[in-house]
Formats: sequence, C-alpha cells, structure tokens
Amino acid sequence: MESPVFSWNPLYDFQLMWSYPFMVNAFRAGAIVAVVAGAVGWFMVLRRQTFAGHTLSVVAFPGAALATLAGFSLSLGYFGFCVAAALVLALMRRGREPGGSEESAATGVVQAFLLACGYLFMALYKGLLEGPQALLFGSFLGITTGQVATLAVAGLAVLLALAVLGRPLLFASVDPQVAAARGVPVRGLSVAFLVLLGVATAEAAQITGALLVFALMVLPAATAQVLTARPGLSLLLTVVLGFGVTWAGLVAAFYWPYPLGFFVTSFAFGLFLLAHGARFAACALERRRDASGTAALAGGAA
Amino acid sequence: MNPVVAAEPQHNADQHNTKQQNPVPTAASAAGGPSEAGGQAAPVLCLCGAAVRVGGRTLWSGVDLEVQAGEFVAVLGPNGVGKSTLVKVLLGIMPAAEGEIRVLGRRPGEAGSRVGYLPQRRSFDPDLRIRGVDVVRMGLDGDRWGVPLPWSRNRREQQRRVDEVIELVGASGYAHRPIGQCSGGEQQRLLIAQALVRRPEVLLLDEPLDSLDLPNQSAVAALIGRICHQENVAVVMVAHDVNPILHHLDRVVYIAEGGAVCGPPSEVINSETLTRLYRTPVEVLSTQDGRLVVVGQPEAPAVHADRHDDGHGHGHGHGDRRGQSDRRGHGDRRAG
Repeated sequence: MESPVFSWNPLYDFQLMWSYPFMVNAFRAGAIVAVVAGAVGWFMVLRRQTFAGHTLSVVAFPGAALATLAGFSLSLGYFGFCVAAALVLALMRRGREPGGSEESAATGVVQAFLLACGYLFMALYKGLLEGPQALLFGSFLGITTGQVATLAVAGLAVLLALAVLGRPLLFASVDPQVAAARGVPVRGLSVAFLVLLGVATAEAAQITGALLVFALMVLPAATAQVLTARPGLSLLLTVVLGFGVTWAGLVAAFYWPYPLGFFVTSFAFGLFLLAHGARFAACALERRRDASGTAALAGGAA
Repeated sequence: MNPVVAAEPQHNADQHNTKQQNPVPTAASAAGGPSEAGGQAAPVLCLCGAAVRVGGRTLWSGVDLEVQAGEFVAVLGPNGVGKSTLVKVLLGIMPAAEGEIRVLGRRPGEAGSRVGYLPQRRSFDPDLRIRGVDVVRMGLDGDRWGVPLPWSRNRREQQRRVDEVIELVGASGYAHRPIGQCSGGEQQRLLIAQALVRRPEVLLLDEPLDSLDLPNQSAVAALIGRICHQENVAVVMVAHDVNPILHHLDRVVYIAEGGAVCGPPSEVINSETLTRLYRTPVEVLSTQDGRLVVVGQPEAPAVHADRHDDGHGHGHGHGDRRGQSDRRGHGDRRAG
C-alpha cells in the first residue's frame, strides 16, 4: 500500500479510508472501545481505582501473549485474563472497608510477575513480526470482522450492566457509608465493577495496547470531570471525547507513519491540558468579576 | 450572617421537661419499661434493657429509652464507650446482644427510608467533581437500580423535593458547587439535607458537629434543633460536647462504662447523677452563661472532651468567644 496523502477534505479522506476494509473494522472497533472504556473509566476515575485499572491492563499483555503462543483466540486471551485478574483483585480486597481504594503491595507484585510472564511468552513465540510492541502499544491493522463482533457483544453487555448498576454504583462510590445504610450492596457492587473494569480494559487493550489503555480509560473521564461537575453531562462528555480522540487517532495513524497509540494518547492529553487551561481561565475570570463586584458594592455604599 | 442562626427556634429544655413522662432520671438498671409512656402515641424509638457486646466485651447494657416524635435526644459519654454503636444498633447494622429494640414499631433496619442517617464525619476529597445537589439527590433515589427516565413527571417532583430540602438547611448558595470545594460546615449542611430528603421520621446523627468551628457548631446545632421541632422529626444525636446543643435538647442518654442514664439534661448532667453513674466523685460546674463542664470523670472528659486545657480554664474561654449566640438563646428563654 503506498502511503496516502491527507487532503483536508474530510469527505474525500473518509471515502478513501472507507475503501479499505481493515480501516472500516478499525473505525468500528475504535468506536465501540471508546464508548465502553469511557463509560467504565468515568466510574474508575470517580472511585479512584486507577491502580486497579492499571493492573488489569498490564494483565492483558500476558493474556494476549499466551493466546498467540498457544494458538487460541486473541479475544479469549484478553477477556479471560482480564476478568480472571479482576476476580482475583476483588478477592484480595475482600477484607477491606468498602469504598476504600487502597490496593496492597501484593497487587503490584502480581502485576510485575505477569508482565514478565507476558514477555517470556513473547520470547518463546518467535513468529510474530512486530514482537511485543503491538500488544503493548496498540495496533489497528488486521482487526477482523469477527473481532469487531466480539467487541460489540462484550461492550453491549458492559453498557447494559452499567445502565442497571449505574445509580447505586455512583452512590456507593461517592458515599459508601450512607449507601450501605440505605441497603445498597456496596461490596457486591465493588466486585461487579471490577469485573466490568476487566472487560472494558480487555477491550481497550485491543486498540491502544496494554500499556496505553489509560488513554481511553482515564484521560477522557479526567478531562470531562474537569469541565463539569454534573454527573450525567460529565459521563456523556467522557464518551464523546473518547470517541473523538479515537477516530482522530485512527485518521492520523492512517495518514502518518507513527503509531496509533501515540496519536490517541497525545490527542487525549492535549484535550486534558486544554480543559485545565479553560477551567483556570474561568476561575480567574470569576474571581476578577467577584473582586470588581465587591469593589462596586463598596463604592455604592460609600 | 447566617439564615440558620437567625431562624434559631425558641426552644428550651425547661419547657419540655414539663411534658416529659419520666421526670426523675433513673440509673439504667432501675428505669421503667415502655409502659411508662402510657397514653401517649407509640414511641418512635424504643430500647428496653438493650445491651451490646463487641468481641465478647459488653460495651453497655441495661439501656432503656423511648423517643417520641419531635424529640431531640443526645447520646453522651466518654470516647470508646459505644455511642456510635448505639446508632448502628438502631440502624440494624449491628445486632443487640440483649433487650428489645423497636424503630418505628419495627425491628432495626426494617423501617427503610423512614430513618435518616448521618455517619460520623466523612469529608469529601477536595477534587471530587460531584455537586452538593447530586449528593443530596443520591439520598433520594441513589439506591434505585436502572436509569431514571428524563421525561417522567416523578423526576420533576423529585427535583422539587431536593431544592426544597436544600433550602431548608440553607445550602442553596453553594449546592451547585462541587462538594469537595465546600467548607466543613457547608458539607455538613448538605449531608443533613441528604439525610432529610426522604422525609424521615427519625434522624440518627453521629457526631455531626465534630471538627466544625464554633460558629458553625452552634449554627448546625440550631438547624438540627429547628428540623427536629418544626418538622417533628425525632433526632438521636451522638455528641461529644453537649454545650452547643444544650438548649435545643429534650433529653440525654449518658453512657458510661457498662451503664447508662436517661433523662432531661439538667437532671442527668449533674454531679449527683454522674457520680452515681461513674461510681467515682464527678463534679459538674455550670458557667455563668449556662454552659456545663464535667470535672473529674474517669477517662477523657466527655463533655468538652477534645480541648486541651483543663476543665476549669476552659469553660470561661469558650464562653467568651461563643457568647453571642448563647446570650441570645438565653434572652429568648427569659422572654418566653
């Protein structure tokens, strides 16, 4: 394939990209993953469980590596390992206070070991062209229609579960004690959320790679939470931002010879910085208006 | 400065003593049963010979207490004596080892939304990006599964209830700010609104004045007193220092190691009763403005426990600083 040239005509560009089936699959997969990872990531950021998310994403790597080595389906490797790891994490947290987001050092130990295992599996399997790079940092080449279907089914299941659990989960995340007194099963929700986090991580890892999962899980959610404190709006904004950066990243990676993970992460990071800048400016403006307001009031009084 | 302070109710303990059914404070072991309330409406809360054991150790036993609608009861006692445990027992989170406990005529934990609860001080992360109004809202329907339908009529009604209760606690000015950015007193008012949003008949508060500054302590105390007496909500409040709530209170439960005494504040917090409860000489001093200081009790002094200076020096020190609101309260009392 000779390298295409970006024309600044979006209609033409998209027509061109749409003529390659692998790009169509990449866009579809990207859209699914962005929405699912954004929604789950929003709760993860709110619950301060980014370390759990990171652990799950690292587990995605040995899962995929083992699947490659042993020759079973890549999706099975991702989902199987991530969900299993989520259950193990839930088990390890069992004795703790509900809502506490501190993870023990044991989590870190297991994480390091699994990462090493993944590297071993990659070393044992010598046939892969790109080595561990694609698994760690993401790739959009060669996503099959079957893979897209799997992503869609798993993603739909996660979104449905989140729709049912969402309100009590929000309550349990923000105010665990009162939620528990109101009869919300705080512990059960915590386990259920870890499993959802496992599935969402497994999905995101297939696009951004195991190490850049946070580009879709944390950055859009953190950006949206900077911009608004309304839960519904913030969640919607997260999904929209995630979707936007993923598709923009795909377009960029199609036209320029740099990796997809880099583009998606950089776009998301740029938006995060912009959001912080905007909030800072808004605060400064408000302070100034307050100051002039009191000055005017004092003047009036005088 | 604060609408809550301005709206301070003219309640005083004396007035209530007259309609109290058991004017004589009884050492817990000798207290009468529930039949005492005779002709009155069924009590909202009822403990009869209640005891609690944690890890084989009896925290307290023989607690008899009846709370009527609209009564303000404080649970006092030294640290670690099991005051919060009493609230947890009433919530049904912890079982009672002995005795009979009824909350709104049912077993603890079964009265659902008719009981409001404010746990011991929780502060929100400063960068938690959730508005106060959302936290209040969670108290209304946060435990429901599924997605709320944006177009239902119910939703508008719920929104109105949330606004109403925020207005009631005087939090309208900051309810739309992220709750992590509100001050301690502001957060506490929003949390009280959250506990009140379902119109509970009983409000269980665990040290709601803890770690507030003095003006906020008296303002929040006045707010709770007003909710209790105007909205006819029975309030059971674990407190560490009785003075900010003293002139709103109808009754106190004083827990010491093993036993407990219930009765009107003036009859429980005195040298004689506390000496009998602790089985060691205890003196209760009253400052000029009516504040109480307990001296000589074993362990950390419970009334006024956390300040560092000794009991004597300190009643005066606070009296001066808090004088304003107290003095007004007393003025009202004399006028009424």
